[in-house]
Amino acid sequence: MAAPIAIHLEFGGGAELLFGSVKEHHVTLPNQSEPWDMKQLLVWIRGNMLKERPELFVQGDTVRPGILVLINDADWELMVGVLPECVLCVKD
Amino acid sequence: MCQVDEEYNGQLEHRVTPRVSKKCVKCKENTAVLIIRAGDAFCRGCFKEYFIHKFRAMLGKNRVIFPGEKVLLAVSGGPASSSMLSQVQEGLSRDAPKKLRFVPGIIYIDEGGASGQSMEERERAVAQLESVFRATNYHYHIVHLEQVLSLPSSVLDAGSSATEKPQTGSSYKAAVDQFIQTKKNQHPDLSVENAQSHLSSLSMHEVENGVTSPITPEHTQALQKLFASVRTLTAKEDLLHTLRQHLILHTARTQGYTKVMMGDSCSRLAIKLLSNISLGRGASLATDTGFSDPRYGDVVIVRPMRDYSSKEIAYYNRMFDIPSVFIPGLDTKAQDKASIQHLTESFVTKLQTDFPSTVSTIYRTSEKLHTACPPQNTNTQPFAKCLLCVCALDTKLEEFSAYQATLISEQLSQRRGPASSASQGQCCSSGGGQHQGCMTGEGGCCSSAKSTVDLKSLLCYSCRLTIKDMVNALPQYILSEAERRKRRSQMREEISEFLLDEEEDEAIPRVNGSL
Repeated sequence: MAAPIAIHLEFGGGAELLFGSVKEHHVTLPNQSEPWDMKQLLVWIRGNMLKERPELFVQGDTVRPGILVLINDADWELMVGVLPECVLCVKD
Repeated sequence: MCQVDEEYNGQLEHRVTPRVSKKCVKCKENTAVLIIRAGDAFCRGCFKEYFIHKFRAMLGKNRVIFPGEKVLLAVSGGPASSSMLSQVQEGLSRDAPKKLRFVPGIIYIDEGGASGQSMEERERAVAQLESVFRATNYHYHIVHLEQVLSLPSSVLDAGSSATEKPQTGSSYKAAVDQFIQTKKNQHPDLSVENAQSHLSSLSMHEVENGVTSPITPEHTQALQKLFASVRTLTAKEDLLHTLRQHLILHTARTQGYTKVMMGDSCSRLAIKLLSNISLGRGASLATDTGFSDPRYGDVVIVRPMRDYSSKEIAYYNRMFDIPSVFIPGLDTKAQDKASIQHLTESFVTKLQTDFPSTVSTIYRTSEKLHTACPPQNTNTQPFAKCLLCVCALDTKLEEFSAYQATLISEQLSQRRGPASSASQGQCCSSGGGQHQGCMTGEGGCCSSAKSTVDLKSLLCYSCRLTIKDMVNALPQYILSEAERRKRRSQMREEISEFLLDEEEDEAIPRVNGSL
């Protein structure tokens, strides 16, 4: 039901080392029936983009403690609370 | 509550995904962009104000920086020190109300030789940082860690402090006056304002002079050999930290800086506090994590960023485009349990996600630690400082102390004879062989120059543990300083009966009868 979404991902502060030392990525999330949310995005990143050491980036359902996530330059925690449930907004 | 994987399903109230954005708690008008501490949401403008205000308040509350003083900013390229650099720029800029008044310089220590980076990577990082430093127009120094091998041994001398530590507001004024007085004596024709502009004009001309002598591959190899001889990552990190401090201290002394600003953030200091306790540095916790660190005497280390959590710094850097360069260190991508410091870091960070007041609680606890200033008899106890970390020696063997218990259990657990222990702490003869005679002026007290120097009695407890993990020799300057101290204390013992002044804590038998 959701159309493919194009998103712009930026990694910094050392996280880029896990992604082949590339800081900026433009990716397109594929078509899928339910709307994308952060949890699924992380699973997708882990499966498709992470080059090495997945345990240093993702832990269980969410990112490893210490990794800060900004969505459209605003704090992820503002949108969710504790569980990664927010529906992904697209920044073009 | 303390289990790792416990689920709290259904108990906590779910916060409904807000379609309406939250408002800033301060101005209540703009939309919030980030959450600090437990739940305060700030908008961009209020956050910037809050951030800048905290820096100035930290400097203003602990008044140790005198106007016109030369302050060295230790920038590692990471987010906290880059943020500190931008705050200093902000504070010194013309349009700031009540602007800060001191003369900054920047130092960057290139540690790529120790962490195994290639020359191109190091040069790239240095070039990036140089462009950042040039934009600030401050005098900067780029020092390679290899230069630590050629430091003079005088760097380990705790210099005498220039002024007494100001206790209250009124004596701060007195300290400032005294500082200006000594500067006037050095430059009799310059007033404070002229001195400041003089120094800043100097820095403009000498900006090219920032990079020190280029290093050769042999230096890098020697450094790598030194670090390769350390067996555990914990000891490596400790050694790296010590050598870095020595380099910064040396640069500060030779270039005339009296204060050094380090960019340790609150999170970093909380981790440091806990890992220092695990490393055996409990005795010097107050100086290691406090705002000001006076152990070097003439150069005082201050930590103005100690109130900022790493989240605040990261967001500020992102929102206001503060340039920072990520340089991989010794423990990048290491396993969680690779070293004590790394393990503590992952522990605290993990705890912080579930209990957001962890770091601030540890921070507030560390604020309560105070340095007990020993009486200022610098002449009576010249060797009471550790050789490596220059903190007060904590290894006086008292009855029933924890340290004595540690020693006893160590002896009991060694089944073999004492011959094997003559080993690792002692350095190989390469260091000792060059110092055959006494230095002139020591008098005839040189008991035969030993080929190996027993370093243990000169080190604090945790430095001993670090040395225990090393099989090779320490850099030359440390060894020569160790020898000098050993000779001095031997001489002291030999003539102790003839010393007229009686220290209270040494039971020197007085010589009766005629001398």
